[in-house]
Amino acid sequence: MLDRLTEFFFPKQVSTFASEIDSLYFFIFYSSVALFFIVVFGMLYLSIKYRHRKGEELKLTSSKAHSNLLESLFFIIPLILVSITFVWGIRAYLKMVIVPDDAIEIKVTGVSWFWTFDYPDGGQTLNELVVPSNTPVKLVLSSKDVLHSFFIPVMRSKMDCLPNRYNVMWFDATKEGVYDIFCTEYCGTGHSQMGAKVIVMRPAQYEEWALELGADDDSIPLDELGAKLYTQKACNTCHTEDGSALVGPSFLQTSQMYEQERVFDDGTSSIIDDNYVRNSILEPQTQIVAGYQGVMPTYQGLLNDRELDALITYIKSLDGDSQI
Amino acid sequence: MIKNTKQNYLNHPRGIMSWLLTVDHKRIGLMYLVSGILFFFMGGLLALVMRFELAAPGNDIISNEIYNNAYTLHGAIMIFLFIIPAIPGALGNILLPLMVGAKDVAFPRLNLASFYIYSFGALFALYTIVNGGVDTGWTFYTPYSTQSSSNVVPMTLGIFIIGFSSILTGLNFIATVHKMRIPGLTWYKLPLFVWALYGTSLVQITATPVLAITMVLLMLERFLGIGIFDPALGGDPVLYQHFFWFYSHPAVYIMILPAFGIISEIIPVHSRKKIWGYKFIAYSTLSIAFIGFLVWGHHMFTSGQSVFSQIVFSFITYFVGIPTGVKIFSWILTMYKGQVSFTPPMLYALAFLFLFTIGGLTGIFLGAVALDIHLHDTYFVVAHFHYVMQGGTIVAFLGGLHHWWPKSFGVMYNQTIANIAALGVFIGFNGTFFPQFLLGLRGMPRRYATYDEQFVELHSYSTFWSGILGISIFIAVMNLFWSFMKKNKVDPGSNPWGGMTLEWTHTSSPPHPHNFEEEPVLQHGPYDYDKVIVQKTYKK
Repeated sequence: MLDRLTEFFFPKQVSTFASEIDSLYFFIFYSSVALFFIVVFGMLYLSIKYRHRKGEELKLTSSKAHSNLLESLFFIIPLILVSITFVWGIRAYLKMVIVPDDAIEIKVTGVSWFWTFDYPDGGQTLNELVVPSNTPVKLVLSSKDVLHSFFIPVMRSKMDCLPNRYNVMWFDATKEGVYDIFCTEYCGTGHSQMGAKVIVMRPAQYEEWALELGADDDSIPLDELGAKLYTQKACNTCHTEDGSALVGPSFLQTSQMYEQERVFDDGTSSIIDDNYVRNSILEPQTQIVAGYQGVMPTYQGLLNDRELDALITYIKSLDGDSQI
Repeated sequence: MIKNTKQNYLNHPRGIMSWLLTVDHKRIGLMYLVSGILFFFMGGLLALVMRFELAAPGNDIISNEIYNNAYTLHGAIMIFLFIIPAIPGALGNILLPLMVGAKDVAFPRLNLASFYIYSFGALFALYTIVNGGVDTGWTFYTPYSTQSSSNVVPMTLGIFIIGFSSILTGLNFIATVHKMRIPGLTWYKLPLFVWALYGTSLVQITATPVLAITMVLLMLERFLGIGIFDPALGGDPVLYQHFFWFYSHPAVYIMILPAFGIISEIIPVHSRKKIWGYKFIAYSTLSIAFIGFLVWGHHMFTSGQSVFSQIVFSFITYFVGIPTGVKIFSWILTMYKGQVSFTPPMLYALAFLFLFTIGGLTGIFLGAVALDIHLHDTYFVVAHFHYVMQGGTIVAFLGGLHHWWPKSFGVMYNQTIANIAALGVFIGFNGTFFPQFLLGLRGMPRRYATYDEQFVELHSYSTFWSGILGISIFIAVMNLFWSFMKKNKVDPGSNPWGGMTLEWTHTSSPPHPHNFEEEPVLQHGPYDYDKVIVQKTYKK
């Protein structure tokens, strides 16, 4: 019964402290429901019982307007309930802030509007946080630009990412699977698209994955690698493949306009070619397409040369399909 | 004792200049009311635009940019242009001098100045809208607000200016309560609405300067590049949050205390019963106003505050909850052995008790640090503060308007339509905001223009009922103004609900230009339904 209720109210419980937080929720929930029913019942009962009936004469009413017993009860019962809530809230909270010593440390950086994750043994992922199950994971969070907040509903945890200091959160995932990550501190145009996934793997599988992470993607053809990077590096948050405009111009449009002239918001223009695309990825603020805002962050340091080539090849290839 | 006179503040003196240069608190109150309602509709329309966009997951109607502007302006307009200035400004202005038996507020010219300062500040806000909006959220969190290319400066300047209007009105009300009461009207004989306005005014004059300073620092940072809040310049964004919430949490009490006052008037009058626990309600108003200054950190539970601060802020937060809870019980017990009439104001008061209780109880969830971390910046918070701000303040405001409408303007609205609209507001409100608690628990973040498929069902319910809510509020307000246009007059000596406070017993409806023809003599306390029978008199 309680399990089904938990499922109704909450996302899955995946961290070790999730069930305690949910129990705290249910304690407050049931106390509140009880108090709420007392209020609503009292209100309806008294207003209906003492309603002014049709034709009834107006009379002097009772001078009763004070009762030490009732008023102390109203004071003491809620006081007991909130005291329990407070202590419980703090006990659970301490579990959420005291990081176990053996936790593996992953660096999380919020950038408008994607997340990067740096792993202890080298390697970086974008928008995909991979962690081993049944292992404490410590996240050190910061931001490259404005405020962001890193929220994993299934872990019941969240922490703001600040540009000038590091915040810490931790969890120990109990179930393998793929779960949502949301940004919960408003960060501008792409805020609602700044989602990511956390992938919880068995520890052995994670070790394997971590080893591969450092390895190059040399074996994949450029256009396939580009297609992979398109989602992996979060280009798809702002640029579509189908011609519709999001925060930035669609890649399909760029592809169709290859070798043609594009006008920028400062009035200048340039022919779209490989150099233009490369420059737009590395120094997006220098040439802003007319009608769009200059909000893209630089990808300098996030892509190596082969990955840049791959993205250029991929963008060019988008139009190719339609020509066939 | 009330003379049947044709002369009242609405028709004497005449002419547009007599309105623009009036120092009559009732006329100034009416001007606040009209501008407040206009902003209320503007903010409400923006809310409906957002709700309709959120009916389905993608960007169906508006883009992210427009959505971000809409939610920022919705919040800023509702809070800074409607709830904070207009409720004390309208009902407070019209009623405070009448309730203490005074001819006007203590400083009538200053009162007019407040209104013009408010209007001047509002012009900046309107300019912001015309000039392309602002997209930072009403909280203006740095460093986004120092970097955003939208109209942060005009909007914050507008808020800065409106702040002075708040401070001056607060000052005026405090002086009025202290100095303008008629002889015999001691503190414990004051209507509780006066206590509420007094508490509100104390918060206004002490908290608003902090907001003003914060807004100035934000503008200095943008104009002169002085690093205060932006880390790129060496500032600290968390400092901004401390400054901002040091004002904005007490501001919650600027918004809710007048509502408590309205409810404390409506329930005894429509139950014809002495109010339960007068002294407790009066003192809790002041204690809530004071404790409200010590809990701002609960808005920052995920900002990386020290563990110690988290614990302290969580602890103090519960101390606001308890007196508020006792108040709710007192209002309910007031009906015990009374004669309760289900009039439109009473329906709003009952709706208030229901909705505000939910709003208050859900605050307990958010005060528990461990649970707040999950719920922070999700729809749970959105639902919680709408239950407090709209279900509490705005429902009480509508109740207050219906209660004092015949008194203030000498006309009576269609009570059947008013009851139906009140029911529509109640149902529509719950339909709109109750699903949002569930959305938040399931992890839906706030301020999202688009969202994940999993949330679609609850969002579409919320949108459907928001339409009903919007229509009901529109009908409720139009019903009021219609009676005004149609001149559905009540007898100038009427007292339709049998009120006992001076505005009902000692002046005509609408009131005489000088409020009272002679200085009123206090015959009984504000809620002495156990000592005196006041007849309900209401003639067309």
